Amino acid sequence: MPVTLENMPKIVFRFKGVEGANRIDEAMRRGAYSQLGKGMAMAPAAIVDEVKKSNLRGRGGAGFPTGLKWTFVPKDAKQVYLVVNADESEPGTCKDREILFWDPHLLIEGMILASYTLGCTHAYVYIRGEMIREAAVLQRAVDEAYAKGFLGKELPSGRGPYKVDITVHRGAGAYICGEETSLLNSLEGRRGWPRLKPPFPAVKGVFGQPTIVNNVETIANIPAIIEHGGQWFADLGTPRSGGTRILCMSGHLNKPGVYELPMGIPLREVIDKICGGVPGGKRVKAVIPGGSSMPPLDESELDIPMEFDALMSDERIKPVQVKPGVNFDMGGGKILRTMAGSGGVIVMDEDTDIVAVVARIMKFYAHESCGQCTPCREGTGWLARITARLARGEGRPGDVDLCASIAHGIAGNTICPLGEAAAWPMLGFLTKFRADFEKRIKPGLAPERKPDSGRRTPEGYGTGGLIQIGRGAHQHHGGGH
Amino acid sequence: MSEPAPSPGDRLAFSSEALERVAALRARYPNAQAACLPVLHLAQDEFGYISDAAIDLVASTLGLSQAHVWGVATFYTMYHRHPTGKHTLMVCTNVSCMLRGAYDVLGALEKTLGCKAGETSSDGEFTIIEEECLAACADAPCVIAGEKYFLNLTPETAVRMLDEIKAMPPDHVPLSLKKKGGA
Repeated sequence: MPVTLENMPKIVFRFKGVEGANRIDEAMRRGAYSQLGKGMAMAPAAIVDEVKKSNLRGRGGAGFPTGLKWTFVPKDAKQVYLVVNADESEPGTCKDREILFWDPHLLIEGMILASYTLGCTHAYVYIRGEMIREAAVLQRAVDEAYAKGFLGKELPSGRGPYKVDITVHRGAGAYICGEETSLLNSLEGRRGWPRLKPPFPAVKGVFGQPTIVNNVETIANIPAIIEHGGQWFADLGTPRSGGTRILCMSGHLNKPGVYELPMGIPLREVIDKICGGVPGGKRVKAVIPGGSSMPPLDESELDIPMEFDALMSDERIKPVQVKPGVNFDMGGGKILRTMAGSGGVIVMDEDTDIVAVVARIMKFYAHESCGQCTPCREGTGWLARITARLARGEGRPGDVDLCASIAHGIAGNTICPLGEAAAWPMLGFLTKFRADFEKRIKPGLAPERKPDSGRRTPEGYGTGGLIQIGRGAHQHHGGGH
Repeated sequence: MSEPAPSPGDRLAFSSEALERVAALRARYPNAQAACLPVLHLAQDEFGYISDAAIDLVASTLGLSQAHVWGVATFYTMYHRHPTGKHTLMVCTNVSCMLRGAYDVLGALEKTLGCKAGETSSDGEFTIIEEECLAACADAPCVIAGEKYFLNLTPETAVRMLDEIKAMPPDHVPLSLKKKGGA
C-alpha cells in the first residue's frame, strides 16, 4: 500500500531547510553516518539483495533498477569505480542541488555504503561546474568526513578493514556530461563526448575499469534502505517503483517548489493541492513531466500517476506521432507516450506561447549538442532555426512537417540520447499542439528547398547560422558562448 | 584563432601555492590527464582566463599535448578564452525561467550595464552570460554570481543585485591572494 502525503517519511529531504545540518556535527546529531556500522557488517551480496528488493529505480532520468545495475559489475573485477552523477542540468530539474546543499553527508554516507557493496575504494562525484556554491559545500563535507575518519581510513567491515576515498570533480559547463559515458570521458580529462555502448560502463567505464554511475538522489536513498530494509522502501512506493519521489515543480504555479512526494501521486493533485494551482486561476495548457527532453502532457492527461511505468505506458496519454496518424516507433513497435525522466515538471498556463517554448528548447539542445554525430549536430541546429522563425511568425509552408521529419531523422541515429532529448519534445509538442505551429506559417513565403533540389537556401543546411549555436562548431570560435 | 601565437615573452608560470595544489589534484586520479579539468579551473583562478599561454602551461605541467588541452578548454563553456569582467553574471533564460520573465531580467541587465549577453561592461565589472538551466527552476528567474544565487528576480531586483555583487570578491582570485585573506 503506497504511502500518502500524510504518513510519508522524508528520506532524501530529511534536512531540507534545516540550517546547519550540512555540517558534520549537527548532521551526526541528527543521525548521519549511523548506518555505516550496520551496512558494513552485512555481506555485499546481502546489500545488493536489499537494494533489489527495495525497487529503487535510478533517479537521474532512465529509471533503471539500481540493484540490478549493481549486479552488472564483473565478478572478477579488480578495480571498480563508483561515480555519482551530480551534473544536474536537464532543464526543469533542481533536486540534486537541494540534496548537495542541505544534506551532503547523506550523499557521502550513501557513497561509502555503495562503494563497500561494489568493491570500490575511490569514488568520484562529478558535480556540475555552475554549482559553485554546492561544490564548496560538498567539498567541505568531504573534508569533514575525512577528519572524522569516515573517509581515507580503514573501517571495520564484512570484507575486512575497508577504506574509501571520495574526490569531488567539477565539470566546466557542458550539459552533455550528464550523459554517463560523456561524464566518464570528462572525468578522464577529455572533451565530454559520449562513448558507444557496449561496452557498458559497468563492464568498462572510467580509466578502463568497471564503473557504476548513479544519480545523487539514487545514492542518497541507500542509507534509508540499509536502516529499514528493502521491503520497507518498496512498500512506500508503487508495485515496481520503491521509495518516495522528488518533483521539481516550476513554471506557472502559485507555489513552485521542490517537493518530496509519494511515488505515483497524480499530477493534478500536485499542481492544485501542493503548488496552489496556476496563477490567476488560469487553465493548464501543457506540462513537461520530467525535464525538457520529455514529451508534454496536455490538460486532459493530468490525472496520470507520477511514476516511471505509468508515464511510459498509461493509455490515457496520447502516443507521440511522427505525423498525424503515425505513431513514433521506439523500436520493436513500442510506442512513445512520455517518461518520468528527472522529475523536472514545467507547468504552462493557457496563455503560453508553445512555439516560443519549443524554440527555446531547441536552441538549448542545439547549443548543447557535442557535435560528434551528424544527425544531432546538424539536426538540432536546423530545428532551432526553423522553430525560431516559426516563433517569429515567419514560418514557411511545410515547416511543420519538416520539423517532424528532421526530429524523426535524429531519433535513434546517434551515439547518445541527446538526439532523442531534442526529437521527443519536438514530436510531442507537434502531436498535441500542431495547430499552434500551423498558425505561425506565413503564407506566400517559399518552402524550404529539399536537399535533392540541387540548390541550397542560405539557412537550409550547410554551415549558415549553425556555427554560432553548436558546441561542435563552438571550438572554432574560441570564446563564443 | 583570435589571438596571436604566444611568444616566449607570453609564458606563464604557476605560483608555488598553485603548484602545491596541482600536486594535490594530481594525486586524486590514476593518471595526469584526469587532472586536466581541475587544473584548468585552477589556471583560470590564477590568471583570470584561459589564454593560449595558460593552455601551454597546463599542458606542460601535466605532460599533455597542447592540442588536447586546447580541445578541452574550448569544449566547456566555463573556461573563458578571453578576459572577462570581475564578476560573471550567469543569467538563466531556459524554459522555467523564461516562463517567469527571464528575458525581461536579461534585458534589464543588458540595458543597465550597456552590454549584451556574452560581453563585458565598459567598467570591467561584469560579464553577462546567457546561461542554460542552472537548476534553480522552482525559484525562477535565477542568476548565479560567484557562490551566490539570486532568485525569483524581476527586472528591478536584478538591477538592484548588482551593487551587492560588486561588493563580492572577484570570481577568479589566485591562491596566493586567497591565502593572505584577500578573498
